[in-house]
Amino acid sequence: MIIANNINKNFGKLKVLDNVSITCNKGECIALIGPNGSGKTTFIKSILGMVVCDSGFITFNGKNILHNWQYRSDIGYMPQIGRYPDNMSIGQLLRMMKDIRKEKNTGLDEELIKKFGLDLILDKRMRTLSGGTRQKVSASLAFLFNPAVLILDEPTAGLDPVAAEILKEKITAEKAKGKLVLITSHVLSELDDLVTQVIYMQEGKLVFQKTIKELRVDTGQEKLSKAIATVMLRK
Amino acid sequence: MKKILKYVIIDILRNRIVLAYTVFLLALSLSIFNLEDSSAKGILSLLNIVLIIVPMVSILFAAIYVYNSAEFLELLVSQPLKRKTIWLSMFAGLSFSLVLSFLIGIGIPVLLYEFSATGITLIVSGLLLTVIFVALAMLAAVRIRDKARGIGAVILLWLYFSILFDGIVLFILFQFADYPMEKAMVGITALNPIGLSRILVLLKMDVSAMMGYTGAVFKDFFGTATGIITSLLVLSLWILLPAWLSVRKFNNKDL
Amino acid sequence: MKWALIILNCCSLYSFGGVLKVGKKEAYKSITAAVAAAKNGDTVWVSGGHYFEKNLVISKSIVLKGIDHPVLDGENKYENISIKTNDVVVDGFLLQHTGVSSLVDFAAIKIYNSRNVTVINNIIRDAFFGIYSQYGTHCLIKNNLLTAFSKEEQRSGNGIHCWKSDSMQIIANTVSGHRDGIYFEFVTNSVIWRNNSFKNLRYGLHFMFSNDDAYITNIFENNGAGVAVMFSKGVKMFNNYFKENWGDASYGILLKEINDSYIGSNHFEKNTSAIFAEGANRIVLKKNVFKNNGWAFKIQASCSDITLEQNNFLGNTFDVGTNGSLVLNFFNNNYWDKYEGYDLNRDHIGDIPYRPVSMYSIIIEKNPPAMVLFHSLIVSLMDKSEKVIPSLTPENLKDEHPLMKPLPL
Repeated sequence: MIIANNINKNFGKLKVLDNVSITCNKGECIALIGPNGSGKTTFIKSILGMVVCDSGFITFNGKNILHNWQYRSDIGYMPQIGRYPDNMSIGQLLRMMKDIRKEKNTGLDEELIKKFGLDLILDKRMRTLSGGTRQKVSASLAFLFNPAVLILDEPTAGLDPVAAEILKEKITAEKAKGKLVLITSHVLSELDDLVTQVIYMQEGKLVFQKTIKELRVDTGQEKLSKAIATVMLRK
Repeated sequence: MKKILKYVIIDILRNRIVLAYTVFLLALSLSIFNLEDSSAKGILSLLNIVLIIVPMVSILFAAIYVYNSAEFLELLVSQPLKRKTIWLSMFAGLSFSLVLSFLIGIGIPVLLYEFSATGITLIVSGLLLTVIFVALAMLAAVRIRDKARGIGAVILLWLYFSILFDGIVLFILFQFADYPMEKAMVGITALNPIGLSRILVLLKMDVSAMMGYTGAVFKDFFGTATGIITSLLVLSLWILLPAWLSVRKFNNKDL
Repeated sequence: MKWALIILNCCSLYSFGGVLKVGKKEAYKSITAAVAAAKNGDTVWVSGGHYFEKNLVISKSIVLKGIDHPVLDGENKYENISIKTNDVVVDGFLLQHTGVSSLVDFAAIKIYNSRNVTVINNIIRDAFFGIYSQYGTHCLIKNNLLTAFSKEEQRSGNGIHCWKSDSMQIIANTVSGHRDGIYFEFVTNSVIWRNNSFKNLRYGLHFMFSNDDAYITNIFENNGAGVAVMFSKGVKMFNNYFKENWGDASYGILLKEINDSYIGSNHFEKNTSAIFAEGANRIVLKKNVFKNNGWAFKIQASCSDITLEQNNFLGNTFDVGTNGSLVLNFFNNNYWDKYEGYDLNRDHIGDIPYRPVSMYSIIIEKNPPAMVLFHSLIVSLMDKSEKVIPSLTPENLKDEHPLMKPLPL
């Protein structure tokens, strides 16, 4: 579904993505893992077209995403730090997003909004929200349009355990519907029961892309976090 | 395009600064027209506001707004929207709001107190200057990532167009006082939108003096329909060029 | 006794003479024939029609009266009417297509060495010179309408041209499209009153070596170079309107070598320079209105003893311009709309003097293209700083007692 081919990206002298090639298929739940500054977020942003690659290309459903924008209607994106216009209230933000993406409004999925209780605080301004509540808004927005692909950047960071659990359930449910889910996270244990594949990045390079089974076989570890740790130690 | 434009305009209009700007202009122009003995003198005082305050507020407000909307832009860019649409909506929204403020603050009082060729030229110049300086702000904001540096650059741009450029022209005029400079001057004025607008108003306001001393060149150029249309085209170019450059830059910008 | 004389005089002109009628159905078919048959004191009535009389010479004291403006055509070759004796009246003709020559000053009506000639109610169209007086004395030129369509100065003549004449009355004529609307050279003791002179190629009024004349309530509008008054003394100008004389060398009035004259209650509007004074001495300018001019008053350093008082200066781009720093002129009690002073003792006179020469007008004097920067921020700053510390502008060119309110003029 998403194929990245030899993509490179420099920020000034710093090489952020170094010849990264990745293939992501439908029905997978892929964990994008790596230490801070390894290029995970940049990679996600290049899929979204927010960062333009210096070389290489990315295709989405077989089409090059460069100067293309329609494909983004199939993506729900939850950023690492949700930043929204300060003056808007939650309700206005939701209304605006629905308005902008109207053409795909066939099946709105407002489950998260209800479960997070956002529908009770619709007139709160974005600037007054706590980090956690913002994350709830981000998550709700990502799932709102029932997209085929979900890209979640550190989804559970800053969420309270109850909310994190709600989100995890939601992810599992969506995965079951055959959607592609791409998650970056550093809290590895949380991903254990969701993930089907692991992409490991370091210093802008792709270290490996393996299914969880392969990883377990390779490392002999049952738990994902331990498996990763083993890989890292080997390096 | 329309939808994003709507949200940009709603957001700007909710901003108190635009409201304050409108009230400030309105208070200023009303007090000028009521205090001056003649409305023609009022127009002269307003000219200075249009040439100094309007570009300054336009460029500063637009730049700060764009920097403060980084989140909003980021949010929109991750959505199924064309970048060009997003950016042009931003530009159109800013221009529309500031033009609206200008029309309420200066346009209406001028039409009420001094409905004349001079007054109308002043309004048209002010409108064009507003949009030109929004376009310049957009260009600066898209090229310079850092907010503090960007705002600094924008202030420098304003200083350049409102004072430095004229200082340089004056210097050149005196350095080359022995050469026939009239024709060259017509070309040089095209390089500064504030100067060009000022001359357009001057040709209506101080027509007697302008027709005389600067020689036939000014009269033949700016005094004719061709000259006025050319000037308006040049001013439009001052909108289109920065806007186009900024769209090009924004299309390839990493957010 | 006096009344009797006047009545007698009138009768001699109109009543006592015989009447000779000219027209298709009348006794005389041509004006020339009728004039040849007339005696002094006769009246020649000319009915409407088109007459080709070549050059009609009048050397008898007769009244030539046109009914319904008969047309006298000069065929672009001849002078229409030449008046060569005293006490002639030419009334109510339409004169057109006067000959054009670079050697002879052909005119629609030319007065040669005559007294008491009256030229009234004529329409003169496409003439070289319109009405020309050469050594005329005590002539009345009244209610004539002169229109020419000249494009260049060399091939056009003046509307009303007076040369070496005396005691002329030029009243209520309308002149346009000529070289100079009204031209006076060596004309004395004459009056120019209620004329309208506009769109002439050069001057609306051109006035040279003519002393002790007055011009009153005339309108001079949109002439190539405005009005020039030169090399004369004892000129009085009252209540005239000078409007929209635009151009590099165009003036409401050009005062050149004028002495002992009085300019009062005139209106100057939208001229490039309302008054340009060069070598003018002992002139009083009082109760004039200067409105929306480029320069209200340009005074060269060669002028002295000019008194400027009780004038209104309104909406001029520059009030006073000068090329020198020596000032021997006197400015007092004028109203200047640019005055920013105050009046603490409430006597309606500003407490601090007004300096009507702005710094930038001096800069423009030296470098005309600098006009492009007028009203820009940098120029305003320069002008303001000059007001605080005068360095370029003449120190004693100032109005010590500027008025706080405009005079009702």
